[in-house]
Amino acid sequence: MTWQDKLSTSVKSVAPSGIRRFFDIAAKMKDVISLGVGEPDFVTPWPIRESCVYGLERGYTSYTANRGMLKLREEIARHYVEKFNVSYDVDTEILVTVGVSEALDLALRAILNPGDEVLIPEPCYVSYQACTFMANGIPVSVPAKIENEFRITPEELEPFITPKTKAILIGYPNNPTGAIMERDDLLKIANFAEAHDLIVISDEIYGDLTYGGVHECFAALPKMRDRTILLNGFSKAYAMTGWRIGYALSNPDFIAAMTKIHQYTILCAPITAQMAAVEALKRGEKYMKKMVADYDRRRHLIYEGFKTIGLESFEPRGAFYIFPNIETSGFTSEAFAEKLIQTEHVALVPGTAFGKCGAGHVRCSYATSIDKISEALNRIEHFLKSHK
Amino acid sequence: MKEILELLEHNARLTTGELASMLQKSEYEIEKEIAVLEKEKIILSYGALINWEKFGDDNVTAVIEINLTPQREVGFDAIAERIYRFDEVRTVYLMSGNFDLLVIIEGKSLKDVANFVATRLAPIEGVTQTRSHFMLKAYKKDGVIMEDDDRDRRLVVAP
Repeated sequence: MTWQDKLSTSVKSVAPSGIRRFFDIAAKMKDVISLGVGEPDFVTPWPIRESCVYGLERGYTSYTANRGMLKLREEIARHYVEKFNVSYDVDTEILVTVGVSEALDLALRAILNPGDEVLIPEPCYVSYQACTFMANGIPVSVPAKIENEFRITPEELEPFITPKTKAILIGYPNNPTGAIMERDDLLKIANFAEAHDLIVISDEIYGDLTYGGVHECFAALPKMRDRTILLNGFSKAYAMTGWRIGYALSNPDFIAAMTKIHQYTILCAPITAQMAAVEALKRGEKYMKKMVADYDRRRHLIYEGFKTIGLESFEPRGAFYIFPNIETSGFTSEAFAEKLIQTEHVALVPGTAFGKCGAGHVRCSYATSIDKISEALNRIEHFLKSHK
Repeated sequence: MKEILELLEHNARLTTGELASMLQKSEYEIEKEIAVLEKEKIILSYGALINWEKFGDDNVTAVIEINLTPQREVGFDAIAERIYRFDEVRTVYLMSGNFDLLVIIEGKSLKDVANFVATRLAPIEGVTQTRSHFMLKAYKKDGVIMEDDDRDRRLVVAP
């Protein structure tokens, strides 16, 4: 008998994130250029940080309402009316959470019975499957196609529908591919969800990071508001990853159920982060737009850079990732990532960390300086030439 | 064009190729636009912002407030020109308020600067008063924080 034997079997069966191994290799090197980071390279804009400091000085150190400070919920509600013309009641339809991660966990736990199935288009964020599984659900991976720029279609989802299918979990703009779904694409998913009476969990954390167009909010589509659990937060758009602050928006029944779990497990999101989030929504937009403009320029640079060195990629339209195809190198995506970091000291993440259909691709984050992007591209080019 | 200026103001070492990719233009277009901006003297020079103190230089910088008697026809311009022609003078602004010109001077020592003010600036015809303030420390210059700790604190690989 070991301690290992005493662990819950379901937790034991969850594989650790595939990203971890590369982190361990990279952490030991000195001159690593990392394209492996899934967070902004900016620090939180000063006015947002300053408002948190001011709150602490005035003694804002207590719990808040379980659902989050009223002021923050009001700002979130206002934001959604102004931006997407979709309204949520501040008292019953908004829950402030510890990042989108918590909101995702709550959403899945609130709706899933043991054995319920969740359709998850892949490649996708590493938590989707694991959280579904730990909420006693069954994650059903649906591979998206590169030919379709990793958008998912009802035709691809249809074969995976069973009587147990309860929900579909989508995340666009997408981590790791940078894919987005346009209004027509989403309308088809909306019809599909309605036809099969599915709940839609829509993770829109990268929504503000959409380039050359506007983000389409799934809940704002006709008849989708109540069917959707909309997840969003401050981490990516306002460079606030470490604050751990996000929220969920949905019908009162779903939000009440999620709040029940939240109040017993978390109680409330940290008041410091909530105060900063209020400031972000009130006055943060100009800083956010400046960061988005920077990401956009880097996006062009890295996209053209990969084209020049002969690695094909579709043009990413959202988030801050590009997902080039590396099959011409002759390596698998894991081998490519591992050899690259060992010989050229460039860290990136193999596509398979985000689902089987990510094979042959690597995820590169361009949330890093222009100089580093250029240098990383040089090193990757050198790598390709020396492994011909 | 404005975007080129903003990018170059922040980092003059960006290559034409980088600018072309970032702004979705050809290198030829970028070169042409920059040439126009240079010709029209919108781009004046490409400098680096240097923390000389860190390099070990202990030059002295002083801000001088100068009051003037304006002259017929040319107002303050002629006197300003007599002042800004000196190499020691780094910056000259015409100001509203209690004084007329704000002049920033660099010299090797306190004495050096004081001497320059006394023998060169103060005697200029039309200068009625000078007040010198010596700079003790630069915290931020042209939008750049001098001692910013901008280490990347992120983990090397993150989901």
